[in-house]
Amino acid sequence: MAAITPKLSDELPSTIVSPTSSVTLRISKFNPKTDSSSSIEEFKVPVQKWTTVLDVILSVKQHLDPSIAVRYSCRQASCGSCGMKINGKPALACYTKISELNSSVITVEPMNNFPILRDLAVDFTQFFSTHKKVRPYIIRDDSEISEETKELLQTPKEVEEYLQFSYCIKCGLCNSACPTMATDSSFIGPQALAQAYRYVADNRDAGKKDRLKIIDDSHGIWRCHFAGSCSQVCPKGVDPAMGIQLLRGYLLGFRK
Amino acid sequence: MIKLQESVIMKIHYGTALGAVVLVAIHILFRMTQNFSESLQFESVIVNYQFLPYAIMLELILVLLSIHGFNGLRVILLELKQGVGYEKAVNYGCIAAIAILVAYGSRTILMAGFGM
Repeated sequence: MAAITPKLSDELPSTIVSPTSSVTLRISKFNPKTDSSSSIEEFKVPVQKWTTVLDVILSVKQHLDPSIAVRYSCRQASCGSCGMKINGKPALACYTKISELNSSVITVEPMNNFPILRDLAVDFTQFFSTHKKVRPYIIRDDSEISEETKELLQTPKEVEEYLQFSYCIKCGLCNSACPTMATDSSFIGPQALAQAYRYVADNRDAGKKDRLKIIDDSHGIWRCHFAGSCSQVCPKGVDPAMGIQLLRGYLLGFRK
Repeated sequence: MIKLQESVIMKIHYGTALGAVVLVAIHILFRMTQNFSESLQFESVIVNYQFLPYAIMLELILVLLSIHGFNGLRVILLELKQGVGYEKAVNYGCIAAIAILVAYGSRTILMAGFGM
């Protein structure tokens, strides 16, 4: 019996090749050293159904305007480098497909609440300094790496207390979406507060008292209005707004 | 001067809000014992001030709402602008405003209570 082998001509072209369409990419251009205000540059770019916003930006950078400043690295939502405003909403460019935007015009701008270095690249200095301020590491006298090696075991329930908060990739999207950060430049921010909760809720940690003292400031945890925008934009499913409310529970004495 | 921790200030903020809601509710219930126009007549108002428990309740409402309101204003002002000098001015300004409002309101309550 002869084997039935489909001929190449029998296959529908759409199953092999995705139809190419095009979108207009509007990129915000701004150099604080030379420009007084930002301007928008437009480019017509071909896209396919799997094309991401980062692909489009890099395509423009490669073929049309090599001067575009954009920060990126892993292209798989792991490094948190390519955060920007896409059609007005903070998102990771590598994690946002053109097809899901349902628009033929894509506007990319730098994240809000961060000083602009150039074009889409923003300065993370203050972001990382507030992150460090909450001491984002396990604080305890003994250590797993001491000579008398001691494994710090946890039950699944204990891990669950903080697990989602450990998924933070420090992309800055939550701080960019935060309405308090827009007016209060000294606010510690949802990212640092979520990280404070991540370690406070970890039963291996003994630095709760210090950490709660750090966030209990006039520009600390109490300035959160629980708008929830931080949780909405997080690409890793972290819920900083919930972390902040749980942290408040510790400070108000509802949680021990 | 002792610097209150923000969590203590916010506990006071939430506590004063709850206290004010309860006392204002009692105040409104008392007003419903008369019809609205009668309740606002000069004699009715003065009688309220001369009834000591009611006068104490009005004084408490004054204190609770002054603290809650001016702390709320302090928070809003601290979010609008930052700076050491500005923040100090806002903090002390709000404390002064609470003291002035409570003093002025207490004066009114006392004067009405004693029929002055």
